[in-house]
Amino acid sequence: MDLSSTRLFFQRLFRRRLVLIAFIVLVVIVLLALLAPWIAPYSPTSMRVTNRLKPPSSLNWFGTDEFGRDILTRIIYGGRASLGIGMAVVFCAMLAGTTLGLLAGYFRKADPIIMRGVDAMMSLPDILLAIFLVAVLGATAGNVVLALAIVYTPRVVRVVRGSTLVVRELPFVEAARTLGVSTWRILTRHILLNVASPILVQATFIFAYAVLAEAGLSFLGAGVPPEIPTWGTMIAAGQQFADRAVWVVLFPGLAIVLSALSLQLLGDGLRDMLDPKLRKAL
Amino acid sequence: MSPETGAPANGTPVLAIRGLEVTFRTETGDVTPVTGVDLDVFAGRVSALVGESGSGKSVTSLAVMGLLPRPSGRISAGSVNYTGKSGATTDLAAVPPGQMRGYRGSEIAMIFQEPMTSLNPVLSIGEQIAEQVRLHMKLDGAAAWRRAEEMLGLVEIPDAKRRATDYPHQMSGGMRQRVMIALAMSCNPRLLIADEPTTALDVTIQAQILALIDKLRKEHGMGVLFITHNLGVVAEVADTVTVMYAGEMVESADVRTLFRNPRHPYTQALIDCLPARARKGSDGIRVVRSIPGSVATAFTATGCRFAPRCDYQDAACHAAPPPLATIGQDHASRCLKWEALA
Repeated sequence: MDLSSTRLFFQRLFRRRLVLIAFIVLVVIVLLALLAPWIAPYSPTSMRVTNRLKPPSSLNWFGTDEFGRDILTRIIYGGRASLGIGMAVVFCAMLAGTTLGLLAGYFRKADPIIMRGVDAMMSLPDILLAIFLVAVLGATAGNVVLALAIVYTPRVVRVVRGSTLVVRELPFVEAARTLGVSTWRILTRHILLNVASPILVQATFIFAYAVLAEAGLSFLGAGVPPEIPTWGTMIAAGQQFADRAVWVVLFPGLAIVLSALSLQLLGDGLRDMLDPKLRKAL
Repeated sequence: MSPETGAPANGTPVLAIRGLEVTFRTETGDVTPVTGVDLDVFAGRVSALVGESGSGKSVTSLAVMGLLPRPSGRISAGSVNYTGKSGATTDLAAVPPGQMRGYRGSEIAMIFQEPMTSLNPVLSIGEQIAEQVRLHMKLDGAAAWRRAEEMLGLVEIPDAKRRATDYPHQMSGGMRQRVMIALAMSCNPRLLIADEPTTALDVTIQAQILALIDKLRKEHGMGVLFITHNLGVVAEVADTVTVMYAGEMVESADVRTLFRNPRHPYTQALIDCLPARARKGSDGIRVVRSIPGSVATAFTATGCRFAPRCDYQDAACHAAPPPLATIGQDHASRCLKWEALA
C-alpha cells in the first residue's frame, strides 16, 4: 500500500466518529502505559499508611488504596502488564488458532483430529483450565500468557474453521485451482484473506477476555506475582474495601471497560474496512 | 462464426479424448457418470459439448483438468491426450495429481458459468491476473501488473488501467466474465475450457462474450472446448459438436451435419425443441416442443439409455447397449436405427 492509499484508508476508517474516538482512547491508554515513569504523579509502590483509602482529591485524582498508594499511578503502571498480557495472548492465540483452523477447515482428514482436541478443551471451564495450567507451570507473566493463549486458541480455531468451510466451497477457490494455484497459496491468499474479518473481530473479543481473565487469575491468586500492578490485581485486592471505598475498584474497572470497548469498536471499524463490499458504503 | 472462419482442422488435435469413463466410488457402490466419450479439439477451433443438466458435461471437463473430487472420483478408462506448447503429447489420465498443476492455467485454462462468484472478492482484479502471471510466466511484480492491464485491454474492458484496481463487486456480470476470460488467457493457454460461460448473462452480453471468445481463439490459435446446453449458442460458435445424454456420448459431427442431418433421436428431439422450430397446434397457437420424461439418473437399464423417452424404441433397444455407429467421416451416432432416421 503506498502513502496516498494508506491515508485514504484511515480517512475512511475514521469517517465514523465512534471509531475515531475509540482509536484516540486506545492511543492515550497505550501511551500512558508506555510513558508511565515520566507521566505517573507518584511511585506505584510507595505506601503511606496514614493516607489509606482516601477518596479522589486534587492530590490523588482517583483516590488511594488500602496501603495509601495512588490509584491513578497504579492504573497507569497497571496498563503495561494488562495490555501487554492481553496483546501477547491475542497474538499467540491468533497464530495457533488461525493455523489450526485453516488446516481443519481445508483438509478433511485433519478436521476430526483437530476438532476433537478443540472440543475436549472447550468442555473445560476457561478459568479452571487457566488456573490449572498456571498452577502447573508456575505463576509468572509469561506462563499466564501461555495459559490464556491455550485457553482461547480453541475459540479462534472454531471461528476460522467455520469460515474456511464456507469459503473453501466458493467457486473462486475452484477457479483458482483450475488456473494452477497451489494449495498453499489458495490457503494463505485466497482463503485467509476472505476469513480475515471474523478473525479480526475475534481478536478484539479475545483481547477483552484476556484482560478480564488475567484480572480473574490475579484475583484468585493464580495470576502474575502481586508486586506487579495490573488492573486485575488492583480489583482483586480492592474488592474487600469496595463497600467503603468504591474508587479502589471503580477506576481499574473503568480502565478495563474503556480499553476493551474501544478495541472492539476499532475492530468493528477495521472489519468493515476490510470488506470491499462495505467499504464503498462507508 | 461458421466453421469456414476457423483454422483448418489438420494435424494433431490439442485435445483428443478416447473412450473416457469416469467412476465415482459411493457408499452404495460405484457409479459412472461418464462413459464412452470421444472428442477432439483442434487448435483455433471450437468443439462444443452439448447435453442436459446431469448429462456428464461438466464431469468430463473436470476429468480433463484433473479436478475430479478426490478420493472418490477417478478416470477409470480411456485416454485424454493433450498436445501442449512443447509439441509433446501427454495422456492426462495418466499424469499423477501432483503434476497436473503444471498444466492448469499455463496450458489449459477454464472459465465458468458464475462470473459473479468465480473471482476472489477481496482482491482487486488486477492483483488476481498479476498473481496468475507471476506464478506461470515468472514475471516480476511491475511486469505482471502491466501484463494484467494489457489483458484487461485485450478483453475490451474500457479504461483498463483504471479498472485494474477495481474489485469484482464494482463490476457487472458481463464485465466479470471478461475478467475471468482475461485471467484464463493471461498465460496463453493452448486449450480453453468454457463451462457454460454465457448461461448467467443476459442475451446482449452473451453475444458480446461469444464474439470475444471467438476473436481470441482466432488471434491466439487456441482450441476451445465449449460446454453448453444451449443449441442456439452451439450453432453460433461451434465447429464440431458432441451430444451427451445420461453420461454417454450419443452423437458427434461437425456443426452443419449435426443440424441438417441428425442421426440420433435425442439430437433430433433437441433440435425440435428450439423455439424457432415451434409449430402451430390445432388451436393455432405456436407451441415449443419438449421431450417427455426426464434424464435417467441411475444408469441401471441394460439397453439404450435414451430408449425410455424415445419415439422409435423397440425390443432391440432395450436388449443391449447400442454401439457407436459410424455414419460418415467424423459423424457417429449411438443409435441402432440411425439409417432409418434420415
